[in-house]
Amino acid sequence: MRRFALIAIPYFWLLILFLVPFVIVLKISLSDVALARPPYTPQLDLSAGWEGLRAFFSELDFENFVFLTTDDLYWKAYVSSLKIALVSTLLTLLVGYPIAYGMARAPNEWRPTLLMLVILPFWTSFLIRVYSWMGILSNEGTLNTVLLWLGVIDTPLQIMNTNTAVYIGIVYTYLPFMVLPIYSALEKMDESLIEAAEDLGCSKLAAFWLVTWPLSRNGIIAGCFLVFIPAIGEFVIPSLLGGSGTLMIGKVLFEEFFSNRDWPVASAVAVILLLILIIPIILFQRNEQKAREAEG
Amino acid sequence: MTNREHMMKTPFLTLTATLALTAGLAQADEVRVYNWSDYIDESLLAKFEEETGIDLIYDVFDSNEVLETKMLAGGSGYDVVVPTGTFLQRQIMAGAFQPLDKSKLPNIDNMWDVISDRTSKYDPGNEYAINYMWGTTGLGVNEPKVREILGEDAPVTSWDLVFDPANMEKLAECGVMFLDAPAEMIPAALNYIGEDPDSHDPDVIAKAEDVFMPIRPYIQKFHSSEYINALANGDVCVAVGWSGDILQARDRAAEADNGVEVSYYAPDEGAQMWFDQMAIPVDAPNPEAAHTFLNFIMDAENMAAASNYVYYANGNEASQQYLEEDVIGDPAIYPTPEAMENTYTTTPYEPRVQRTVTRLWTKIKSGT
Repeated sequence: MRRFALIAIPYFWLLILFLVPFVIVLKISLSDVALARPPYTPQLDLSAGWEGLRAFFSELDFENFVFLTTDDLYWKAYVSSLKIALVSTLLTLLVGYPIAYGMARAPNEWRPTLLMLVILPFWTSFLIRVYSWMGILSNEGTLNTVLLWLGVIDTPLQIMNTNTAVYIGIVYTYLPFMVLPIYSALEKMDESLIEAAEDLGCSKLAAFWLVTWPLSRNGIIAGCFLVFIPAIGEFVIPSLLGGSGTLMIGKVLFEEFFSNRDWPVASAVAVILLLILIIPIILFQRNEQKAREAEG
Repeated sequence: MTNREHMMKTPFLTLTATLALTAGLAQADEVRVYNWSDYIDESLLAKFEEETGIDLIYDVFDSNEVLETKMLAGGSGYDVVVPTGTFLQRQIMAGAFQPLDKSKLPNIDNMWDVISDRTSKYDPGNEYAINYMWGTTGLGVNEPKVREILGEDAPVTSWDLVFDPANMEKLAECGVMFLDAPAEMIPAALNYIGEDPDSHDPDVIAKAEDVFMPIRPYIQKFHSSEYINALANGDVCVAVGWSGDILQARDRAAEADNGVEVSYYAPDEGAQMWFDQMAIPVDAPNPEAAHTFLNFIMDAENMAAASNYVYYANGNEASQQYLEEDVIGDPAIYPTPEAMENTYTTTPYEPRVQRTVTRLWTKIKSGT
């Protein structure tokens, strides 16, 4: 009985927090747009009993998914989101790994402080942090003012409202999610392994590639997924920092939902996005499981 | 009861109690208003609280689309919202609003029949909404800058200024912004090429693409509120925007004394005239207080204070005696009767046409 309760609780949460919302979105994606409150049809009318239920299901169809294939906007937006997420993940890894490495190699008494510094930005609202980037990157912003003053450039760099600004925003925002798992992998590493490698004739660089890198692999994979998965559906960063040419599926979804008031198509876009994300999520789960097994 | 259990339960009880309490208060003396950004003299908000003892919670938006999504989703929690005429009409059809109880609105006698006649096109009999303000959509121009770039004979009073690629190519260096409002920008483009701005025919609407595609590389940004500051700071020299917003930019520039001189023009080829209407959502938590708020707004002096502050004309005839001369006397705010004839209005798009319009707008903005 206790065992059952222990298993039931997490599944209950999964059901409430994931499955139920997904079924609602899926249901809307099979509906048609209507001028009503809420703006789609059919509505489930339970008071009509079986007849109502049958009438409800008979009106659902896959029309909205077919519509998504007729316009290349959606296809292009998915591909562009994947590309932006992939590039930002690699950039985040490039920036995050040295930070994590430095933290893990720092003297023991410094580590809690360094860890704190990585987490500190979370104490400020995410939106405010993105707005401050607008202040830094805009044409009259801090960066351009300093560069102009130093004489590095003569005309302001147009970074704001471009994809570059989006990359900067994503790398900045998700950096802690990359640093923390890598740090935790590196911290557990036994440093005598490096000494052993060097004793056996490895150069410092070779020791890094042959020992440190493989041992931090699980942290790297975890960090990459933690950045990649939310970055694909990112909306706030591209809409505030990106320009009108920044094509991301999160923005398309917003347009469908708010400008078109077409909840069914917006839901269809969301369902496809979820299907795309399921693959990396499953891979992530597997990696986590393997890591746990390896640790025994 | 162990200590631990006690600690778990107390916050929960407190939370429920707080919820019950705030819900009760919301019923009693709180009104939530959702209005456009930069659209009221904020001292009026304090005055309302003082006079009525009702707490006023005032939120702002800058897009009819966002408001409509909230209205259609239901449960927005707002007591008073301010959609524009065409959007109001569609939301009335969707059953989003409750009819006004005019017995609670004695100040409704102050309203101006010239405007009420026009708004009854969207809301027959003005059953659901009162006019808050109205205006036109046109050109905000930093004149000295534009004349410096395009020469003394720059067509500042014509849509040629922004729809002629030759002008836009040169203006790009000083910055041009457009409203991010397809329901106004597409009619403007259609009107410019001599088509019916209120066309609902997808083939006609598609012609707007040919107007926008050649100029889109020169448009710095599509946004519906940033242009006030951008014009005032001199970050852009032309903005397609709403009359009163541009006049606010004119004033902010004059206050900053930064050499920027902004003027507003309702273009010669015709400008869109629109009406922002105050309505009460069907599920408003406190319709009683909402009526009190509407009645307060329709008070002649209050309405005049709002117009004097935001430079938009209102639909309140009694308020005109309290309007400052630079408001009632400015044809950019209160157009002459002839200029009023040179405006057009639009009607709401059907869902399928709406999709064509938004898709076209996405293409114009993003290039795909």
